[in-house]
Amino acid sequence: MTFWVYTLAAVIKIALMVFVLLTAVAYIVWLERKVVGRIQNRWGPTRVGPFGLLQPAADGLKFIVKEDLTPPHVYKPLFIAAPIIAVVFALTSIAVIPFGNSIRVLGYDIPLQITDVNTGLLVVLGITSMGVYGIALAGWSSNNKYSMLGALRASAQMISYEISLGLSLIGVLVLAGTFSLRGIVEAQQGHFWGFIPNWNIFHGGQFVAFFIYLTSAYAETNRIPFDLPEAETELVAGYHTEYSSMKFAMFFMAEYANMVTVSCVATLLFLGGWNGPIGGPPIVQTILPVFWFFLKIFVFIFIYIWVRGTMPRFRYDQLMAFGWKFLLPLALANLIITAFVVAVRA
Amino acid sequence: MHLALFLIFGVVCVAGAVNLLIQTHPIQSALSLIVVMASLAVEYLLLGAEFVAAVQVIVYAGAIMVLFVFVIMLLNAGEEEHSQGSHIALLLGLPSLMLVGVLLTWSVMHQSTDSVRIGSLYGDPKTIGKLLFSQYLLPFEITSLLILIAIMGAVVLASKPEVTPVGLDSGLASGKEN
Amino acid sequence: MVPLSYYLILSAILFACGIIGFLMKRNIITIFMSIELMLNGVNLSFVAFASQWHALSGQIFVFFVMVVAAAESAVGLAIIIAVYRTRDTLNVDRVDLLKL
Repeated sequence: MTFWVYTLAAVIKIALMVFVLLTAVAYIVWLERKVVGRIQNRWGPTRVGPFGLLQPAADGLKFIVKEDLTPPHVYKPLFIAAPIIAVVFALTSIAVIPFGNSIRVLGYDIPLQITDVNTGLLVVLGITSMGVYGIALAGWSSNNKYSMLGALRASAQMISYEISLGLSLIGVLVLAGTFSLRGIVEAQQGHFWGFIPNWNIFHGGQFVAFFIYLTSAYAETNRIPFDLPEAETELVAGYHTEYSSMKFAMFFMAEYANMVTVSCVATLLFLGGWNGPIGGPPIVQTILPVFWFFLKIFVFIFIYIWVRGTMPRFRYDQLMAFGWKFLLPLALANLIITAFVVAVRA
Repeated sequence: MHLALFLIFGVVCVAGAVNLLIQTHPIQSALSLIVVMASLAVEYLLLGAEFVAAVQVIVYAGAIMVLFVFVIMLLNAGEEEHSQGSHIALLLGLPSLMLVGVLLTWSVMHQSTDSVRIGSLYGDPKTIGKLLFSQYLLPFEITSLLILIAIMGAVVLASKPEVTPVGLDSGLASGKEN
Repeated sequence: MVPLSYYLILSAILFACGIIGFLMKRNIITIFMSIELMLNGVNLSFVAFASQWHALSGQIFVFFVMVVAAAESAVGLAIIIAVYRTRDTLNVDRVDLLKL
């Protein structure tokens, strides 16, 4: 493929993925309000459009039109930069995530991934580590006790759970033998015992790692039951207390985009990515993997929202003790056992 | 192409380093240092060291600098005050700076013709992992011990001193009598 | 292709900036960050030489330098917190007497 074709394909893919991601973020907000509403035995949004489907549009309009208030006592450069940092890092990790096999357009084989980096998993982990800055700087620059406390708690929580997040993924790496996300998915093809798919959670035996990953992901994205840094009853909204309108919307977008990224990584590593039953004419055969991928991501996001509606939140010392004293040794034990099994089998 | 990328990110690196020196508020210096580390990660990628570049972002820019920002936030470090500078520094410093600049320019203009061949040395995780666990196993284990010592040291040094209540016994005794 | 001396010059500039920051600045946290800048400059020259001489041990050494820098920054920041608690200042010029 020539340089210009590659660049054009990349630009189109980037535009498409950013558009899809932002729309998905908007509609995940709608889904959350509906599902949490149903869990609490009430309707969610129903007025704006059928089933409240135009609610995200109304919310977006509200955020744009609302007065963007910058309090006088904040540290202005960082106050304005922090939501930008949060959103940029949340949207960047979508670049290494593969959505399916390659499609054939106009005679060129274009993979459904913006770039297939050899160390794709490390890139995702690195960008997740950098996402802490948006929150820390937002809380500090607001010059407000509640924001500062929320930011300190949030950063400490995020860097503590990054460790168990990374360690739980290493078991998958040992099984797949490569850091490339496409390679990890391709190592999960096929079936065993006839009909059970060869996913890492079944055949690879990574179910413990899966639950460690899921729990650490809830802590990384600051969602219930780990959302003490932004809880309304504790800290007046924590690190985004002083933010209004578009900047607050950017924090919101960053949180939900992080959720989507984490669900994508969980799907790729544990649930076999786009592997699923495939059949039919060639046009269906190219679309069907993408459909399975989106279905699995939808299942994850639904579980996220389900847990949000069901569980209470952890106290801060319980949260830190859980991460350091329970999840970390468990992830290490999982790694040792996986490595032992792979070494014995080979 | 490699030269263009090297120059762009080299300029960003140097700009970040100079900004660290110029800024008075430590948080701005910390953010410039993060920019330096990120552009250094790109330079490592240009040299074919992809694992080192990823580790640079994850460990240096994503953990160590978070610790710095944390401490700056915790201690509420304000803008730096002006202490008296020394005249000798200016008197000796500027000529030596010019001397170093002349040396650098001379070395650039008389450089040897071997260039760094990108892509010929590939630092992929597998090879580095094999080396770390075979040839460099002893330093690896010693660094794990070093990290353990550092964790214990940091926890002990940063913990608040225990406050022993004074006169509690006499208070309790008098309370009991009543 | 990029000549080796360009990488070495960049590394030298970073190291020099680190030294200037270490000597000139008065805030103890900024001094610490200049140390990190020096370490980063040295890392760059390690990786450049590893690529030049086809020896992966350069990159392994960068790994160890990063680990040592992490350990050192953890302990150093703990010391800074302890100093701030007792002296209540972050200016090194004020921490010049052994007696409080």
